[in-house]
Amino acid sequence: MKQKIIDPLEKDMISESYFQTVFRRFRRHRLALASFIVLALLGGAALLAPVLAPFGPDEIVGTFSGAPCKEFLLGTDQIGRDVFSRLLYAMRVSLLVGILATFISTAVGVVLGLAAGYFGGIVDMAVMRFTDMVMSFPYILLVLVAASIFKPGMWSIILILGFVDWPGIARLVRGNVLNLRETNFVKGNLIAGMPLGHILFSEILPNTVAPILVYATSVLALSMLDEAALSFLGMGVRPPTASLGNMLNGAQSLTVLTRQPWLWIPPGLLIVILVMAINFIGDALRDALDPNSRR
Amino acid sequence: MGKYILKRILIAIPVLIGITMIDYGIMCLAGSPLEMLQGPRISEAAVEAKAVALGLDKPVYIQYFVWLGQLLQGNMGYSIKSYQAVSAMIGSHLGPTLLLMGVSLVVGLLIAVPAGIYSAVHQYSAGDYTAVTFSFLGSSIPSFFLALLLIYLFTVKLGWLPSSGMSTLGTSGSFLDVARHMVMPVIVLAASIAGRNIRYIRSAMLEILQQDYLRTARAKGIGRFWVINKHALRNALVPIVTVVGMEIPVLFGGAVIVEQVFSWPGLGLMTMSAITSRDYPVIMGVCLLSAVVVLIANLVTDILYALADPTIQLD
Repeated sequence: MKQKIIDPLEKDMISESYFQTVFRRFRRHRLALASFIVLALLGGAALLAPVLAPFGPDEIVGTFSGAPCKEFLLGTDQIGRDVFSRLLYAMRVSLLVGILATFISTAVGVVLGLAAGYFGGIVDMAVMRFTDMVMSFPYILLVLVAASIFKPGMWSIILILGFVDWPGIARLVRGNVLNLRETNFVKGNLIAGMPLGHILFSEILPNTVAPILVYATSVLALSMLDEAALSFLGMGVRPPTASLGNMLNGAQSLTVLTRQPWLWIPPGLLIVILVMAINFIGDALRDALDPNSRR
Repeated sequence: MGKYILKRILIAIPVLIGITMIDYGIMCLAGSPLEMLQGPRISEAAVEAKAVALGLDKPVYIQYFVWLGQLLQGNMGYSIKSYQAVSAMIGSHLGPTLLLMGVSLVVGLLIAVPAGIYSAVHQYSAGDYTAVTFSFLGSSIPSFFLALLLIYLFTVKLGWLPSSGMSTLGTSGSFLDVARHMVMPVIVLAASIAGRNIRYIRSAMLEILQQDYLRTARAKGIGRFWVINKHALRNALVPIVTVVGMEIPVLFGGAVIVEQVFSWPGLGLMTMSAITSRDYPVIMGVCLLSAVVVLIANLVTDILYALADPTIQLD
């Protein structure tokens, strides 16, 4: 009698749902797991800023530029505000800017990429040439010019970053759609006469979510870096609202740079930690979501 | 090959025209440079006279065509602030920027390529983890923060390096002096180049190492050294060319922030001051220049691909 041999790998795949596989693979990246915990803690601290912060972000509570002490954990700034409290609120603003900008650019990129890839022809030409144009401008130059035109502030920064960051996602989605359009299940849908909206959003989009998610994490990291750079140059989030970037703005003065490191090192380190954690998670997601991986 | 290059150039032309139009559109959104003039001490009539003198009284599209026409004759217009020709301003600031960008690119690649190849060849070794961690750190640290840290360390604490300018004031700038001024800006730019690219080159190299032709090379017993440095490296040229092509536009932008922090007298510093004083002709000129550079960089990258890898089909 012939016995059916079950490949142990295959058995694994059968007994495990997709999300279980992804989670198992993700967990093996210890750095990513640690990053996830760090990010969750920092994000929680940012969300709970009103509860955790000992003082209000704009409250003048101590001496000018006081060194760190028991009452003011990270000292006070030039006009006597508590740096630790401001840091919590700044993290809130920076994360919000990054996340919203990423949402906007992902949405724009997905819609344009879907349209270009699915319709092809003139639509594809127009969208891709427009993408080329936007990509030809040095990114920071474009953002700086836009930031100097619109009234600086948190919301305009979110919109600017959101509407500048999409070309990468549009290209990615377009490429995936071009591949998916040739698959049998999409052709089957076409023959069955399914409505276009259904084919695009319920058949094609779910199959390209994984790479979009991975790309979006890198967009998130970049948006947070850009927000910081813009605010540092005085063209982003405006004081008195604190953002991680504009808290570093003071370090352009030599006194702050040399004598008051507690004013600029903590926000700078916090940016590095946040962005690095996001990058690690993105990297682990890339491995975990890779459909060609056999592990 | 010639046909391919021609086709690429033909595609680039509408993109270029589109770029100038987007550019001009953004500038028009920005509002009038006359706003800067307005104040209690300037009369309406004087403002109007200025508008006519600058051609700002005509409709937007005519201003655009006037500008485009002059551009084709090699005239990029005049700065509203300093009345200098934009092309002359760009020309005098281009040198320091190209110097900074060129040196940073070379240093960045000299770190990224060997590190990327080393960590692919010695996958999962301690060296690999070090290189990858450095790569993450380099791409996660904001350039201005790294710049501030370096200034704090090398200028304030140790007093080794100057923190601003290109040469010591009052001197004409000897080679050594300029080199000393360049150390920190180059470290900042090269760290981000290396950070972005180590992982890229590593994964490209890992893929190459699994190819059949490398197994053949190994099988014929020419030794590990030649397998890697002759057969693998030749094929790693393609990702390296890609990296250089991708870095050029990023460098153009990255230089703006680094030049601002270190007061490096280049294009970035000039652009920042043009942006804050709304000097449109200057901003337009820089945007156009960088867009052209990016287009050319993309084109050259594609052509170099074909040279580095004969199997790539051009169509």
